[in-house]
Amino acid sequence: MAKSPQTQLPLKAFGWAASDTSGILAPFHFSRRENGQNDVTLQILYCGVCHSDLHTLKNDWGFTTYPVVPGHEIVGVVTKIGNNVKNFKVGDKVGVGVIVESCKECECCQQDLESYCPKPVFTYNSPYYDGTRTQGGYSNFVVVHQRYVLRFPENLPLDAGAPLLCAGITVYSPMKYYGMTEAGKHLGVAGLGGLGHVAIKFAKAFGLKVTVISSSPNKEDEAIKRLGADSFLVSSDPAKMKASAAMGTMDYIIDTISAVHSLIPLLGLLKLNGKLVTVGLPNKPLELPIFPLVAGRKLVGGSNFGGIKETQEMLDFCGKHNISADIELIKMDHINTAMERLSKSDVKYRFVIDVANSFSSL
Amino acid sequence: MASQPETEHPKKAFGWAARDTFTQNYSMHGTHDSQSYVVDLSQFFFFFRETGEKDVAFKIQYCGICHSDLHMLKNEWGNSAYPIVPGHEIAGVVTEVGSKVQKFKVGDKVGVGCMVGSCGSCQSCADDLENYCPKMILTYSAKYKDGTITYGGYSDSMVADEHFVVRIPDGIPLDAAAPLLCAGITVYSPLKYYGLDKPGQHLGVVGLGGLGHMAVKFAKALGAKVTVISTSPNKKKEAIENMGADSFVVSREQDQMQAVKGTLDGIIDTVSAVHPLVPLLGLLKSHGKLVMLGAPEKPLELPAFSLLSGRKVVGGSAIGGLKETQEMLDFAAKHGVKPDIEVIPIDYVNTAMERLLKGDVKYRFVIDIENTLKASS
Repeated sequence: MAKSPQTQLPLKAFGWAASDTSGILAPFHFSRRENGQNDVTLQILYCGVCHSDLHTLKNDWGFTTYPVVPGHEIVGVVTKIGNNVKNFKVGDKVGVGVIVESCKECECCQQDLESYCPKPVFTYNSPYYDGTRTQGGYSNFVVVHQRYVLRFPENLPLDAGAPLLCAGITVYSPMKYYGMTEAGKHLGVAGLGGLGHVAIKFAKAFGLKVTVISSSPNKEDEAIKRLGADSFLVSSDPAKMKASAAMGTMDYIIDTISAVHSLIPLLGLLKLNGKLVTVGLPNKPLELPIFPLVAGRKLVGGSNFGGIKETQEMLDFCGKHNISADIELIKMDHINTAMERLSKSDVKYRFVIDVANSFSSL
Repeated sequence: MASQPETEHPKKAFGWAARDTFTQNYSMHGTHDSQSYVVDLSQFFFFFRETGEKDVAFKIQYCGICHSDLHMLKNEWGNSAYPIVPGHEIAGVVTEVGSKVQKFKVGDKVGVGCMVGSCGSCQSCADDLENYCPKMILTYSAKYKDGTITYGGYSDSMVADEHFVVRIPDGIPLDAAAPLLCAGITVYSPLKYYGLDKPGQHLGVVGLGGLGHMAVKFAKALGAKVTVISTSPNKKKEAIENMGADSFVVSREQDQMQAVKGTLDGIIDTVSAVHPLVPLLGLLKSHGKLVMLGAPEKPLELPAFSLLSGRKVVGGSAIGGLKETQEMLDFAAKHGVKPDIEVIPIDYVNTAMERLLKGDVKYRFVIDIENTLKASS
């Protein structure tokens, strides 16, 4: 007989889950595995709300299995470690991001590129090796293999640091891989949300000139005055963009836009040999014109969060440069309203759930 | 008053040109399809400039027929200036050099490709990327610095600025050298730029025409394993036996495509018709690169997921700079990379271009200018 979510595994757990494509979250009792030899158990303090959570809740990508507890920007405190765990101790502040397992044997895993492993186990909505499905950080605790646990820098605020575990690495990794780190070069950041605003912060730390490309004119003031962007381009009028002085001026663009959009206006903003890197995952295809690629030797590349080693490097970089996200802290019972607002880009710039203060303790 | 070709310049030349009857035809009938277009090149006298101090004058011996010639004749890019003497895969022998010319002397075997001028002062020019200079001047049907129109290689002679002339190495016969000047550099440049020139890589080549067959040969010479992806099963034997491709996949056959999935470090895509990118992206390994050389008219669909999972890249490339063109020729000579050509007399050019429209050539026509281009009375 099939076991219920509460009894599948030995440890009782509690979180909020969605049970259908409405994506509405509600309290949910489930269970987690015992802490094994290689595992770390952490009590979850904070969890960032990523747009991927919303895509998954609504089954935008077509592979959601309900009920699903989302959340992959997890910050917590270690409460238990397995015998083989040497790098963490009880009481440590740690983070967990987008994956909790990978094959460890393929070329990608061996090169610390677990995000490109063909057999990844995501923090939520993924089949795990014991036949159960992973459930994410909108919950009171989680048990994770030590390899996929990150050390959280001492000086970073735990709440504002949570979004770094997905948003942070998702922009940091391509900025390094595609060479967007040369001081003085010009970066366009398309989309000013969770990913976009962190990209600006990294870009300024690298010494880049930054132009924000956004459909929300009301974000301009903040982008320039508070986030430090050098200029702002409104993208809702493609003709105006085409006529602007910004055409052909950018060395690279990081495209964080989560909605379906055409790449035509963005490619026009790139210089010769320019690179457009897309990190968002809209649920329908993008429109890619080939002529500008050929005529200007431009390229469009993708990037998918990042490996664990690089995530640690990114966190340490943030610790060194005091970079964390701009957040709106919410209690768990506010989550459905937050998701509504997120779907309308109405957040500056990441919701973070104050998990510890939303639930009774472990 | 517009000057006539006959009076602008002192040096007389003879070639074959297309008048703008096509444009007239189009504006009358509003039709652009290849069925209604009749290739109609015919004899044409014109004039070019005196050999300036930095110029190299040469008699043309061979000229390749590039598909771009057809695009230009049909004014598909909207920038054609008629009458057009096409041809930008030009090989010949130097007859005169200007007083300040350093690299060439009379009797040298030389070539001219797609460009005869650029601004010389922008960043692209400084980086030996004249092909990306915003003021780059095409070898034919373009406005030169003196305001006159350039004429291409379907003619008996030419004069060009030394900077835009390349030496044809001894190891390559002139007829084989001609297609390298466009098709050759167009595939060589991206193989280098996108890091697809390392021995042991596994590369895919989409489309087995002028560009495609050159891509196979250069890739093999660089030490790659090559898989050809084509819609024409009848090209398989030649691809493997003559060109050295390691395998051949028919793109419509799902099981053949499935067998190549996730195995390619890079793909050189030479097809300019609209075609789906997703199956090609699926053939790439993670961190693989899809390089587009043809430019389909309409934008293509690109699911973000196809790029993200595997951190893949879609890029483009267009011909190459002069320095790299010379490097490519020297490489081709050293490694015996030569195109497969069908040498034709100039009288056959209209038929050849009509065959080219249907893809009926193995794999590049080259006009034997030296022996067949003579003015009839």
